[in-house]
Amino acid sequence: MMEEETFSTEGYLDMDLLRFTTAGSVDDGKSTLIGRLLYDSKNTFDDQIEAVEKTSKSRGDENVNLALLTDGLRAEREQGITIDVAYRYFATPKRKFIIADTPGHIQYTRNMVTGASTANLAIILVDARHGVIEQTMRHAFIANLLRIRHVILAVNKMDLVDYEESAFNKIVDQFKTFASRLDNIVDLTPIPISALKGDNVVDQSKNMPWYAGPTMLYHLEHVYIGTDQNHVEARFPVQWVIRPHSDEYHDFRGYAGRVAGGVFRPGDEVVIEPSGFKSKIKSIEDFSGPQAETFAPLSSTITLENNVDVSRGDMIVKVNNPPQKSQEIEAMICWFSEEKNLIPKGKYYLRHTTKEVKAVVQEVRYKININNLHKIEDDSDFGLNEIGRVSIRTSAPLLFDSYRRNRTTGSFVLIDLQTNETVAAGMII
Amino acid sequence: MEDNQIPSYRVNHLRQLESEAIYILRETAAQFEKPALLFSGGKDSIVMAHLARKAFFPAKLPFPLLHVDTGHNFEETIQYRDNYAEELRADLVVGLVQDSIDKGTAIEEKGANASRNALQTVTLLECLEEQQYDAALGGGRRDEEKARAKERFFSHRDDFGQWDPKNQRPELWNIFNGRKHHGEHFRIFPLSNWTEMDVWQYIKAEEIPLPNLYFAHTREVVHRNGAMLATSEIVQPQPGEKVETLQVRFRTIGDMTCTGAVLSDADDLDKIIQEVASARETERGTRADDKRSETAMEDRKKEGYF
Repeated sequence: MMEEETFSTEGYLDMDLLRFTTAGSVDDGKSTLIGRLLYDSKNTFDDQIEAVEKTSKSRGDENVNLALLTDGLRAEREQGITIDVAYRYFATPKRKFIIADTPGHIQYTRNMVTGASTANLAIILVDARHGVIEQTMRHAFIANLLRIRHVILAVNKMDLVDYEESAFNKIVDQFKTFASRLDNIVDLTPIPISALKGDNVVDQSKNMPWYAGPTMLYHLEHVYIGTDQNHVEARFPVQWVIRPHSDEYHDFRGYAGRVAGGVFRPGDEVVIEPSGFKSKIKSIEDFSGPQAETFAPLSSTITLENNVDVSRGDMIVKVNNPPQKSQEIEAMICWFSEEKNLIPKGKYYLRHTTKEVKAVVQEVRYKININNLHKIEDDSDFGLNEIGRVSIRTSAPLLFDSYRRNRTTGSFVLIDLQTNETVAAGMII
Repeated sequence: MEDNQIPSYRVNHLRQLESEAIYILRETAAQFEKPALLFSGGKDSIVMAHLARKAFFPAKLPFPLLHVDTGHNFEETIQYRDNYAEELRADLVVGLVQDSIDKGTAIEEKGANASRNALQTVTLLECLEEQQYDAALGGGRRDEEKARAKERFFSHRDDFGQWDPKNQRPELWNIFNGRKHHGEHFRIFPLSNWTEMDVWQYIKAEEIPLPNLYFAHTREVVHRNGAMLATSEIVQPQPGEKVETLQVRFRTIGDMTCTGAVLSDADDLDKIIQEVASARETERGTRADDKRSETAMEDRKKEGYF
């Protein structure tokens, strides 16, 4: 929030949105970093700071503990941990930010996968005293698996290694050696920081004159994310059919959905999958009137020239640029259920875009030891937080792209038939 | 578009939030048999109803508006509610806290600080059960309060209407799992990712009319527990309490017994936006219901509150 200067609505409406996730081990200072970002960018309120001061004092903390700004539930405050993914919001005149704040415990891989699924960027925290540890590699692996292209390697607690350049360089080298095998990460920005003291988080550090790069906030404000959406392959999963049955809109049939890729314009020749019927886009409707085009990630309503049968779960795509259509898929999955392991040949609901089908996990191809990226091929027992490759057969054809090409049409979840719990997240290869 | 101009596929953050909220509203209509949109006449529920209108245009809303009325609402709120429902051509269902009190399922608090806020939960759960609603759309935002920051878009409630924050379904990408057993229901929050400023900017951009209470006006208030409450039949000054007539507005609108006014001369949206931008207190800082304890919201939510 800004003080004194006048707030600009025009500027506000011109802001981009950047979603990022934070990953670090327990005690790497992740909550302190988020607290510092919010505090130094003036995104905190007086009553929040007062509450934090009060709690810090009652717990006997030496400094005002900015990490408390991100505490949520009672159990977390009592145990000083983060249980679940929490979402935080802040804005600068350049961008609005959504932070998926995920805990670092080894057992919470599933939370990091969840937080990473919608993120453009990941901040991976490392303690400058300890360097790259197993969990760092785990975090980098997950960021890569979920196709996060932009990574900040935040080397924290630089104040505890006397702000030494050599300590920083050593960690960056360690990380790069490992990350060179992670090919979705195309943009790596290492930054030496002290979240506790505020070095290079929002304000440039005076303690590290050898570092000439951006502060963390500057990088978050300026990193280029324009190519993160697929504007090439047109995909429109139908969510809901709008039929007003009113005098004014007597014959209106609109197909409502959120564009998952590409651009649609009136006059475009389209195919309705899986039926394969062809049609032409008659109009793109909006509350404010007909639109000239629509594209990802906008929610729109499309009407077609002729009356073909279209319902929820179908996909409108452009001619000559079809998605894959198959009942057999290969995917990487991460197992989420604490109660039940993957049942070999077991049946699940598979939810993909707006479609739900039944599915059988045919075979576990391999699991991955995500601490060293080694494949485990002789163990098909798949439990909580485990990641690996499986083959799946579905009861009806899926219309999909590989996750690498399209995060929306390439992702799915598995749901337990009995408990209705979401038991796995999948990325189609 | 000018000649030779390269097309821009940039979508600003507000349009992204709009698109996401519309997506959630449509998923709700598609995945549930009988959803309802919780409508209080407050700005968040007004924005949500506006988004629902856009999501299903040119058809009517495929679900009713449901208002849990404490009987302690501002008159302006009730009037606005009735007008807006008519404008949307939406069905309006009202659940009365008084009915729950008369039935004996809710017990009125006593004393000067008595509030029917907590009783709303009882009436809400009774309404959902009686009408067999299986999803209730709420205007809650994660930036409002620390327990809300942990909330899902699709938030599962057991057959007692309770929220179990430690055992929530993971939500990935934009895939939402609304599967449930008989008797369970979902609370759904399309505005999860919006901030107070986003809501105000959207109201301005979309020219959504609001109840007058949000704009600065002259009103008699009584100072009580650090808040300024509007005097009325329900909030009567007690001996020793200071009463003043001041230029005020409300940042949030809820029950008259616990919604505090703020001093303000912001009588239009632009001035409100400036005021929100320079505010040093959170929005719910004026809400006595949140100040009862550090975990007041978390505790109420677990019981089935909004």
